[in-house]
Amino acid sequence: MSVLRKAPPAPRPAAPRGPRVTDEHGRRVRVGELALRYLLLLGVLALTVGPFLWQLSTSLKGPTEDIFSSPPTFLPKDPTLGNYTRVADTIPVWDYALNSLKVAVANVVTNCAGAALAGYALARLRYRGRRAATLAFILAMLVPVEGIIIAQFTTMRELGLNNTLVGVVLPGSVSALNVLLMRNAFLNLPYEIEEAAYIDGANVWQRFLRIAVPSVKGTLAVVAIFAFMGAWDDFLWPLIVLSDPSRFTLTIGLNYLHGTFANDERLVAAGTIIAVAPLIALFACLQRYFFRGVGEGAVKG
Amino acid sequence: MAGTTVSRARRPAGPVRRQLPASPWLFAAPGLLIIGTFVLYPFVSTLVNAFTDRRTLVPGRFVGLANFRELLNDDMFWTGLRNSTLYVLGVVPALVVLPLLLALLVQKNIPGITFFRSAFYTPVVASIVVVGLIWVWLLDERGLVNSLLETVGIGRVGFLSDQWLLLLSAMAVTVWKGLGYYMIIYLAALASVPRELHEAAAVDGAGAVRRFLTVTVPAVRSTMVLVGALSSVAAFKVFSEVYLMAGPSGGPAGEDTTLVMLVQRTGTGLTGRVGYASALSVVVFAVTVVLMLLVLRADRREEP
Repeated sequence: MSVLRKAPPAPRPAAPRGPRVTDEHGRRVRVGELALRYLLLLGVLALTVGPFLWQLSTSLKGPTEDIFSSPPTFLPKDPTLGNYTRVADTIPVWDYALNSLKVAVANVVTNCAGAALAGYALARLRYRGRRAATLAFILAMLVPVEGIIIAQFTTMRELGLNNTLVGVVLPGSVSALNVLLMRNAFLNLPYEIEEAAYIDGANVWQRFLRIAVPSVKGTLAVVAIFAFMGAWDDFLWPLIVLSDPSRFTLTIGLNYLHGTFANDERLVAAGTIIAVAPLIALFACLQRYFFRGVGEGAVKG
Repeated sequence: MAGTTVSRARRPAGPVRRQLPASPWLFAAPGLLIIGTFVLYPFVSTLVNAFTDRRTLVPGRFVGLANFRELLNDDMFWTGLRNSTLYVLGVVPALVVLPLLLALLVQKNIPGITFFRSAFYTPVVASIVVVGLIWVWLLDERGLVNSLLETVGIGRVGFLSDQWLLLLSAMAVTVWKGLGYYMIIYLAALASVPRELHEAAAVDGAGAVRRFLTVTVPAVRSTMVLVGALSSVAAFKVFSEVYLMAGPSGGPAGEDTTLVMLVQRTGTGLTGRVGYASALSVVVFAVTVVLMLLVLRADRREEP
């Protein structure tokens, strides 16, 4: 509401500022348009963020409060964290969170290192077979993961790594898309800086670590964030490869919780909030890279 | 592009001497090893296994086209193919159009707009499991949506108990989760639409809808094709939404099973029929490729 009230005085300062405000009509129209825009924005906001808030609200409602009331009560009358301790008593949710964290951090490290190394090899180094290597990564990017999960599962069994966290991480540990993103980032660097280092006698590892990698930090951050998010959110692959409940990640644990205690809405709600909160916090801090990643990933994909 | 980079790299007198001959391959090795072992090899072995009766614990032998013949007589396969196809038809138009409208809504730099852009992106960040479970609760027989519907006098709807409503609900969830992602893609495209075009159209007396259809849509058409391609491939491979909302067995009598759910159900576990599941996977590949080609051809045909 407060946002709406701010709308009327806005046009006056906006007019000189506005290379983007293209409306050529009088002030009256613009106020109306602004009000309509904010109204629509608030409507969409309710649709996109509302469900998360409802889940949060449900997770904070005590055992005596009616969560099925009609008309619904949006705010918990007597907020309690009891559901969060209860969910931890029901499933080892903190162990699952730790497993998810391990998988996500490992995925970040392997993807950053592997994609930077391979991307540099594709973009900067000269050797026989470079074209073949590039083609291999392009082909790998085009293969839909859903189509090969069964073969990945049998491969993992042959390696004796099914039902381990290593097995969860390995297939995506260096994603072809990330390699190609890093290759493009290195290709866009001017050659001159590396040539200067080369003349100063720096070998290939020194040029890579001291000059090339620090110059593509932005893309590396995008790779890191999407690797973290991908691993933390992944469902299908861990569902297939993990069978021992003590090794579950959060998403698989939540599915298990939902399957076993589906009728306890407060419990499931608390579990989902635990799973989503870290990512929303990460997103709030690093939005820029999230948006940048969408652009770069979409152009390649 | 590649040609020029090669020749420029050659310019220094003798790079080969100071670059140990093995090192390029050392750089590429970890990446190549991973994609070779966990993407390219499984891809080839899926194609091979599709012609065998391999099981998880049994090596299996060559059976020719038997798996594909069985597929044609398998009701569950047709159910899965139907549902995955319906999913594409339901989800793709919504994901091509709605995020574009949303991008237009958040395009102007009015106060607070960055907050709204970020807020609209939140569902993209959340895990599909979280999103699925949130909507299972919202659409529950006694959940929020039904409470609201009852309050306004429409009465309760069994979103998650009817076969078709379930599939529709899952589609809605997919669209809801994808909106913010494609909105960002469209925002980037809209930024490059020349403002003069809009102004000229406005001077000619074109209303907002007219300007949208005659200026905006043609200007972002290639982005719409890209979104169409990305979302149709993703929609055909749908798994998690339906798995979570309809349950592992795929809703009433398994009628909501999608193709990838069927792959997962048939091919995993100790009794998994790897051969048959691989044949199903081959169908997933084939349709994915066809969808990509269709969308790209649609793009070319519209080219003047």
